[in-house]
Amino acid sequence: MLPKEYYDAIQLTPEGQLKHFLTIEGLSPLLLTEILDTADSFVDMNAQQVKKVPLLRGKTVANLFFEASTRTLSTFELAAKRLSADVLNLNISTSSTSKGETLKDTLMTLQAMHCDMFVVRHSASGAAHFIAQHVTPDVAVINAGDGRHAHPTQAMLDMLTIRQHKGDFKNLKVAIVGDILHSRVARSEIHALRILGANEIRVIAPATLLPKHIESLGVKVFTEMSRGLRDVDVVIMLRLQRERMQTALLPSESEFYSLYGLTENKLAYAKPDAIVMHPGPINRGVEIESRVADGPRSVILNQVTNGIAVRMAVMSMAMSGQQLNTQSSSFTESSARTESL
Amino acid sequence: MVSGHLNAENLLESVTQELRVQMMHRDLTDPIMIGIRTGGVWLAERLHTALNLNSPLGVLDISFYRDDFSQSGLNPKVQPTQLPCPTEGRDLILVDDVIMSGRTIRAAMNELFDYGRPASILLVTLIDLQHRHLPIQPDVVGERLTLGEDQQIKLSGPFPLALEIRNRS
Repeated sequence: MLPKEYYDAIQLTPEGQLKHFLTIEGLSPLLLTEILDTADSFVDMNAQQVKKVPLLRGKTVANLFFEASTRTLSTFELAAKRLSADVLNLNISTSSTSKGETLKDTLMTLQAMHCDMFVVRHSASGAAHFIAQHVTPDVAVINAGDGRHAHPTQAMLDMLTIRQHKGDFKNLKVAIVGDILHSRVARSEIHALRILGANEIRVIAPATLLPKHIESLGVKVFTEMSRGLRDVDVVIMLRLQRERMQTALLPSESEFYSLYGLTENKLAYAKPDAIVMHPGPINRGVEIESRVADGPRSVILNQVTNGIAVRMAVMSMAMSGQQLNTQSSSFTESSARTESL
Repeated sequence: MVSGHLNAENLLESVTQELRVQMMHRDLTDPIMIGIRTGGVWLAERLHTALNLNSPLGVLDISFYRDDFSQSGLNPKVQPTQLPCPTEGRDLILVDDVIMSGRTIRAAMNELFDYGRPASILLVTLIDLQHRHLPIQPDVVGERLTLGEDQQIKLSGPFPLALEIRNRS
């Protein structure tokens, strides 16, 4: 793990405001709470008759997806559109990189089109950091998932969902179950839960799907559901990422399901009011039983709804941070002479 | 240059009277009253009761429409705008505690037009600090003041409403 100063220098302004959103690591509880509070405002707005505000009017957001995605791309697109930005979706796997253009050249081309924000998904860990280090100073970069490293907006939308259902994080026991090895979601969630002060974070997986030294992130490791799920408040199921498995890590999907699939019987080990989460897409009968996924304790569709609000919050905060960083003017009506208590 | 306390309740009373006259003058029989968070909502609640209006009270939060977002950032605790009935084709009474530059009212009108085209908007403020940046004027005002450079005015409420002019420390 790199020191906090390294992440601060890249993603925060000298005043401590977000200018890029690349990873949860190194961020303060205060900043994570600010993201959640801002997202809450957008949750209310998204339920209104008019789902559009002019915060990013005149800005251009480019979604650079070097890896396939449905819900992350569509929620980022909706988030940008509801902030009134112009949106460019680039499926790079089918564009110039296949003609030999390098990442840096693609980036410079897009900068020449005066894009103000890049939302980046890439199969290589550190891709969003690389882009943040090479963009011009007024362009914001949001990490929409890089390799096995981080998926910070997914972690924040999960934190928002947990806060909505459970309130404070302090007394919570949270279990993350399944393919921890390939999961950037799990890593970002562990960091976010630790920073927000969760009481206990557990990971439950077969030894072949656990990264080495995972304990160093401050989690308790379990290899059996019956022990790992005992008395937890939140169960986060992960998708089995078969496309990233180059060696035989599992005997079969059906054996994985019988040991680690979340069924109603296994969910009974958790607290009676425990909630069930999944970042999607869900594989019914592989990680989770349909009765659980569609059941009363599942908040999976709330997660999707919250994804738009969290992405609106992060995009508007990063854009504001970038502009504050490059502007000196600071006159506002409320700070001038009027104020309501 | 002014100092000390203004009697907010007395100002509210005179605003109520003048608004009643304006409503008769303009023949507003069933307007929708809308308060701007936070101080404007306190005033609108009181005016709505005093004038016994039929249509329910609306609440506007203009944080997402501010033109200084790029300079001052976003207030993380933005509460939702609540317009309880359609505003398309209706007469609106917009209420805020203080008007100065006019930018808040500009933002509020932009937001209102996202919900439809009102027949008319009448603007009520308790205090007018002048120093306008935009060609926007209130129709009903409690008091016009000129503050010193180092002074600010604060409205506290909702019960009782109190105005205080302070020197910036």
